[in-house]
Parts: sequence; structure tokens; C-alpha cells
Amino acid sequence: MTVTEPAPTATAEVGRARLRKEDARLIVGRTTWTDNITLPGLLHLAVLRSPMAHARITGVDTSEARQRPGVVAVFTGRDLAGEQGSLPCAWPVTPDMVQPDHPALAVDEVHFSGEAVAVVVARDRYAATDALEAIDVEYEPLPVVLDMEEALAEGSPLVHAQAGTNRSFTWIFDSGEAGTGGSVDEALGEAEVVIRRRYVQQRLIPAFMEPRAVVCDPTGDQYRLWSATQVPHILRLMLALTTGTPEHQVRVIAPDVGGGFGGKLQVTPEEVITFLVAKRLGKPVKYNESRSESLLAAHHGRDQIQYLEVGARRDGTVTGFKVRLLADMGAYLGLVTPGVPILGAFMFPAIYKFPAYRFECTGVFTTKAWTDAYRGAGRPEATFAVERMMDELAAELGMDPLELRAKNWIGHEEFPFTTVAGLQYDSGNYEAATAKAKELFGYDELRREQQERRDSGDPVQLGIGVSTFTEMCGLAPSRVLGSLSYGAGGWENASIRMLPSGKVEVVTGTSPHGQGHETAWSQIVADQLGVPFEDVQVLHGDTSVSHKGLDTYGSRSLPVGGVAVVKAAEKVVRKARTIAAHLLEASEDDLEFSGGTFSVRGTPDAKTTIQEIALATFAAHNLPDGVEPSIDADATYDPENFSFPHGTHLCAVEVDTETGFTKIRKYVCVDDIGRVVNPLIVEGQVHGGLAQGIAQALYEEAIYDADGNLTTGTFVDYLLPSAADLPEFTTDRTETPAPGHPLGAKGVGEAGTIASTPAVVNAVVDALRQYGVDDVRMPMTPERVWRAIHERASDGGDRAAEGSIAYGGAPTQPATGGA
Amino acid sequence: MNRISVTVDGVSCQDDVEPRLLLVHYLRDRLGKVGTVVGCDTSNCGSCTVLLDGQSVKSCTVLAVQADGGEVTTIEGLAPNGALHPVQKAFHENHGLQCGFCTPGMILASVDLLKDNPDPSDQEVREGIEGNLCRCTGYQNIVKAVRAAAAEMRSAEPQGVQQ
Repeated sequence: MTVTEPAPTATAEVGRARLRKEDARLIVGRTTWTDNITLPGLLHLAVLRSPMAHARITGVDTSEARQRPGVVAVFTGRDLAGEQGSLPCAWPVTPDMVQPDHPALAVDEVHFSGEAVAVVVARDRYAATDALEAIDVEYEPLPVVLDMEEALAEGSPLVHAQAGTNRSFTWIFDSGEAGTGGSVDEALGEAEVVIRRRYVQQRLIPAFMEPRAVVCDPTGDQYRLWSATQVPHILRLMLALTTGTPEHQVRVIAPDVGGGFGGKLQVTPEEVITFLVAKRLGKPVKYNESRSESLLAAHHGRDQIQYLEVGARRDGTVTGFKVRLLADMGAYLGLVTPGVPILGAFMFPAIYKFPAYRFECTGVFTTKAWTDAYRGAGRPEATFAVERMMDELAAELGMDPLELRAKNWIGHEEFPFTTVAGLQYDSGNYEAATAKAKELFGYDELRREQQERRDSGDPVQLGIGVSTFTEMCGLAPSRVLGSLSYGAGGWENASIRMLPSGKVEVVTGTSPHGQGHETAWSQIVADQLGVPFEDVQVLHGDTSVSHKGLDTYGSRSLPVGGVAVVKAAEKVVRKARTIAAHLLEASEDDLEFSGGTFSVRGTPDAKTTIQEIALATFAAHNLPDGVEPSIDADATYDPENFSFPHGTHLCAVEVDTETGFTKIRKYVCVDDIGRVVNPLIVEGQVHGGLAQGIAQALYEEAIYDADGNLTTGTFVDYLLPSAADLPEFTTDRTETPAPGHPLGAKGVGEAGTIASTPAVVNAVVDALRQYGVDDVRMPMTPERVWRAIHERASDGGDRAAEGSIAYGGAPTQPATGGA
Repeated sequence: MNRISVTVDGVSCQDDVEPRLLLVHYLRDRLGKVGTVVGCDTSNCGSCTVLLDGQSVKSCTVLAVQADGGEVTTIEGLAPNGALHPVQKAFHENHGLQCGFCTPGMILASVDLLKDNPDPSDQEVREGIEGNLCRCTGYQNIVKAVRAAAAEMRSAEPQGVQQ
């Protein structure tokens, strides 16, 4: 342990279910969403978007639009071509990665439906939107590219003709070559059983509730840019680099941000355009997207085809795992697009002792919105694959899926454990989490009921799904990111300002947008400094206030940012101790610090509080020689390793075989996320994560038609679950100490999403296996489930649903296993 | 332009508005009632929910002129002067919000639900707020909050009313 933990006391804040500070403004509507910001002379920007998935722009006539009432200016891609640069991709995963030029406003060609083509700037939002229809764009259609397998075939039309290929990169990890395990081909060759599957990770849309919005004020010495972003610091740097603006002249502010889930981890075309237009016009400009624009043009997530092979012995011992992925990049590479599937590379082996492993991922361009981070980012896809395969193997061997897992997982006594993917897991206790989950779930009883329903031929069948997951959180050790060619580090910064009145300001580089950092960081600091929770104010999200940070994503805020807060607090105490010793006329070594008070050992009356020292330091009348009049401090923390939360999720579904309707009967999860700062917030994170993972299994899919139009471009068509669509969850925790982490915290933001999808799919397949079904393509709509049962579709209802509303995109090959 | 007269959060307002102006934009852009937000264009998400003459409506699907002569209550006027409505309080106490963007609409929809059904079951709450989407909470704590508010509002009712 490099950080001293305060001794737990009855008054300790950490661990306490504090109600959130943030709520006070949110429940009464006294908020600062970006769209609430208004400035004198504010102009409104509206975006004309391409109706074509792939076309050459042969002419744009904006003359009529310029004449429309209230219109101030109209810009096309050609107008901004000299200054808009290319939107950044910070993760060139291979040296030869194909990275097409990515203009914020299309210049010569559009590559997906919804791409920005021109913008109108007007005095109000209605006038700006009205004038869009007066812009005349001539398009020369080009062939669309929608299917990844076809995109890689010889003779396929190209998304970017100049690239000469639809392949962006192929990234390989091979345990035999890396020395972390054996050769997977040998392992599969010798295996007594080999399971081969082809799974589809459908395309999803993050669908944060607050649409993206951006306001840029170019007046004054700095460009002030408010944005509904989860990455104000990254945005500032990237905006400066992309547009050639000196970084110190850009100030980015993320005010209240209404959800992100990775969807606001981006440098968006709309941010760059609004910035450039405001700069050009010298007036403040606002852009606020509609929901349809958000669904069309904000980045999407997932979208992989997975070819999987698992080898095993007849006794259930796994011997090798071979993974080949096609990952849909969409039309362009966004901020971390290529890195998302690569993060998954380390997670396919999950909690199991595979002796041999190979991962190969090819990034493929298609004429669709680009993909990028969405809650879990690469890890849900990996977890889905391995957890589905474990169930398939169990079925093949006639074993209970939990028994099979227990046979192969890392025993709690085996930590630290270096996996076949080369990660060192510091801790875990899969046995404990599983035992607790089984008990809460009533596993044996539900298995009995399942058998009864099978025996009686009940039209409603019961299925039980298991997911024993782990994930890598706390992104990320900078050296590891460097070895993966990521363009930045993974540290986090915090500073603490002791105000003269004894109140405390905590500045964090994390950028919460629903996670409750204001509350949680206050709890941490209250314990560290011994000040009241109420006396702490947490500041974030403004690059002029929080000048240094790497923002919020990848379940990193507490495991990385929280540690930075602790380290800054330790420095404050250290500095205060020197001044306290001087004031109390004692040696520093004789001082004790507890509950915010320094006292001299053996002299109970000689004491002073850290809040009094703040005032004494402010006055600076009586400080030791050579000591600066400040006990403020900051700290930057770079983690040495990832953290590895884990858990066991169990799902029971009732599948109506006559209608194909799936109802979640019971959902139990036991997560081990290490030490908890605020159990209330943790529980909320788990609930929300579960909802999103379950939604992938049952409800959500971004669907493109054969012409490349997004047909799920509204909330009428893109099925975000409502309260009536989701069950009540039973959540619980185990707490295995994480010696690898200074706070013992492992991260919780993505756990529910990562674990739940395979639990639900495994449950449905478990209910249907008796009908010869071994897969149902997600989302498992009633139609797909019904067809899987009644048409004995071996492809999980994928092709069976062709031509129906549930069918997404161009035809894909039926399931044939690894290629 | 049409002249409308609307009482919003207890304040009477007369304004000339275009017939096509949406109520939500009237509230936000003209009156500065930015506690009411827009989450979608299709009346699916309910983020813009306000009470119009006591009924919950999605203000992105109501024209400002339709509110003429009416009384609008937004999240900002639900409880007077710094007090909290029991539903607001329950959302806070039960961690019924995370990012908070859906919260104003969710609270007003719940207020309307509890007016019709003062003692809803979990399932009735889930169905009652089906028109309001939340992406953060998975709804469990929202359901808990609405039921907690219902209990508090029932216990606060003067006994005489029941008899």
C-alpha cells in the first residue's frame, strides 16, 4: 500500500451511502446543460446532412439559403476545407493502419448517411433549420458497402477509393509468439472437443439522454467552448491540434452533461464546425442536435462479427481459444475507433486458464456512421464471446455451465495470476461471488422448475443463463497505452485548495456526467483531511479551473482519479503538518493527525485543526522560515496496472414458445468491485449498466437498409427500454481486497453492461436448446426467437428474419464457424 | 403571430408567438425555463414533460398556442420557494437520478401518475412512467422513489379527507 488509509471510524465517510450533492440542482431544474447557455448576439447553427450513404458531391448551391430570413451565413465543406483539418484518431493500432481523411464538413464525397455537408447560421434555431431545405446539393451516387464480409471480398466496392482497400488494419496477438502461452493451432489440433461459432455483435447507439450540444464564444482572449462532452481536456488539445489554434487560447467547459456512456468520448464534427464558424464570424454560435441527428451521426458502438474456436478435453478442461474478429469501423476512424476492439483482445480469455490463445482483429470500413467507444468498449464483446462459448462447450459436454466454469477459472489462491493474454490479475475470488449469486438466485430450485416445464411441455419454457465475468478497468497505465500505440497517457490529476475559511475546493481532472464524483470525491477528501463532507466543493469540467486531466471513461475515475485526490490530500496534510508543528511549538514527529486535528502526543491541549491552519496560512503572519504560505497541493497519479473487477451474473428467462416473447424472470448479480466509496452510487451504476447490457440482448439495434439508410433514426424505431421492459434486479457484492490498487477500488461503471448481455442470451439459448437451437442473434426479438424455435434455424434466426423488420443490413453468411 | 396568455409556474405571461412555436421552446427560449429539456423529437423520451392544467404533457409535442389560457407547471415551479415536492425529495433520497437529464420530466410524469393512483404497485409505476426514458438508472431506484413519494403523500393527507 502506498497510500495510508484512514482508520475506519464510526464517522468515516468512505463506505457510507451518502445522498448525492449533485441532486440538489438537478431535481429542481436549476442546471447548466450546454443548450441552456445563451450569450448576447448568440447565433444558431443547423447542419444539412447527407441523405446518401455514399456519393460524390458534384455541386452545392447555397445562394437561396443565404437569402432566407434570419440567415447570417452558410458554409459548405469547401468553405472550411482550408482550416478544418482532419478529425483526430488518437489510436493508430498498427503502423500500416489505413486512416482516411476525416473532414468535419464533407468536401468532395460523403461516406455515410447523416454526414454533415453544409451548415446554416441564423439568428434563431427555427430560421437556421428552415433554411436547410433551400440548400441544393447535387450528389452522384456511389456504391454502398454495408456488409463486412463482403467488404473484404475481392472486387468489393470501396468506401474510400484512394485507400485501395476496405481493410483498415489487422492486429494480432498470439500467445505462442508472445511467450504467454502455447500455440493455439496445436492446441486445437490436439483438442478432444472443438467448438466453433460465428457470433454477431450488433451495432448499438449509446443514446445518452442529453443530445449533444456545443456553444462557442470567440470574443475575448480565449475561445470559450461549452460542450456536452465527457472529455473536455482531450477535446481542448485535439481542437487546438486539428484547427491549428494555439492550445492556450482554447478553453473548453463541460457543464452539466446528460450522460455519455462513451458516446461523448469524441471530438465531433459538430464541435469543430461550431468552433470554426464562431471563429470565422466573430460571434457566439450554438449548435444543438436533434435526436434524429444524434442517432444518425453521433458515433455508434459494438458491431463485430466474431469467429470463435474453443478447444477442450472431454473432462471440460479448456486447451485453447482462437478468436478472429471483423470490427466495423464505419466510414471513418474516430478518436479511439480502432482501439475499441483491441481493448477486447486482453479480455477474451477472461477468468479462465486457457493455455493457448490467439486474437486477430481486422478493422473494416463500411458506409455507415463510424463506431467508437460505447459502455465497455471492446470488453462486452469479448465477454459475450467467451461466456457464450463456455455455455456452448458445457452443452456439448453435458456439463452444468457453472461446473465447467469452476473447472477452468483461476482459483482464488492462484492470484496474482498472469493470463494467456499477458495481463496480471492482482486479485479475485470467483468462487465466493458465484456461491453468493447461486444462493440469492435459488439456482438449484430454478433448475428443477426448468426440468418440470420441459417434462410437462409447458408453452412457456424457462432458461438459465450464466455469466462469470471480469474486466480491465482503471484506464490506464500510461506505459501500457504507449505499448499499444495510443496517443496519450492514462494518468489523472487532482488538486486541493484550502480556502481561508477552512472550506475545501477539490479540482479533479475527471469529468463526471452522472457518476456522482462531486459526492464521492467529497467523501474521500472529508476522510483524508478530517473536514465535514459539506465543507468540500468539487470542481471539474472546465479546462481553466481543472487545467490538467484525462477525463471520464473506461471505469477510470475512481481507480485513477480518486487516487490522485487521495495523493493530493496527503500532500496537503504533509504541508499542514509543518505549519502545525511550528504553531504548536512541537516537533513534526510528535504530531498526530486524526479527524482533521493535529495534536501533540502527550499534550492533549496542544492542538489545532487543519481548517485553522488554512486560515493561519492565508494570514501568513507566523509561518516557519522558508515555508511558502500555502498548504494547497496537487498530484498526478499514473496507475501501475489495470484493476480487475469481476462478478457472477445469473439470469432466468421465461420464453413463450408460442409468441417468441422473452421475459426476464429473475436477475441476480454479485459484483466484486473492491472497496466501495458510496454503495448507493455503486448500486445505481450497476442497475444502469445492467439495463444497457440487457437492452443489447433483447431490444437495441442500429439497422441500415440496403441503400445504407439508418432505419432506426428515432426513438420510435431504436428501442431504448422503458421501465416496463426491465425487471427488478437483485444486486449484491463481495469484496476481495485488491492489493494492486492504492484505494482497493476496482471500478464499476461498465460492469453491469459487460456481464449482463451474455447472461441473458445464455438464458434464452438454454431455454431453446431442447429445440435444436444454439444461438439467437441479438437483439432477441420475439420474431427471431419464434423463428429460431419454429423454423429450427441453425443460424439463430439471422437469415430467417431476412426481409422482416428485424433484419439489419445486407445478407451475411450463415453460421459456419471459424474461417 | 398569435397572442397567448399562459400562467407558467404561477406567473402570468402574455406573448406574441408564431403558431408553430413548440411549448418547450417557448418555455426555454422565451421564458428561460431551462429546467425543462428536450431529449427527442418524437415524444418518446418524455424529458420535456410539464403539467398543463394539472395533466402531464410532453411539451415538445404541444404548440405554445395550445397552452393559451392554460396553466403550466414546470420542474422549477413544482414546489414553492426552495421547498421540495415529495416526489423531488424521494428521487433524491432513493438515488432515482444520475445524470439528471430525464429527471424533471420523470418527476412531473410521476406527480401526474400519483394523482391518478396514489398507491401504485411496482408494476403500475413501471407502466405509468413508460413514456419517460432514462438511460442511467435502469429505473429500479425511480420505481422505488415514486413508491416512497406515494407513501409520504398518503401519510401527509389529512385524515378527514379519507372519511
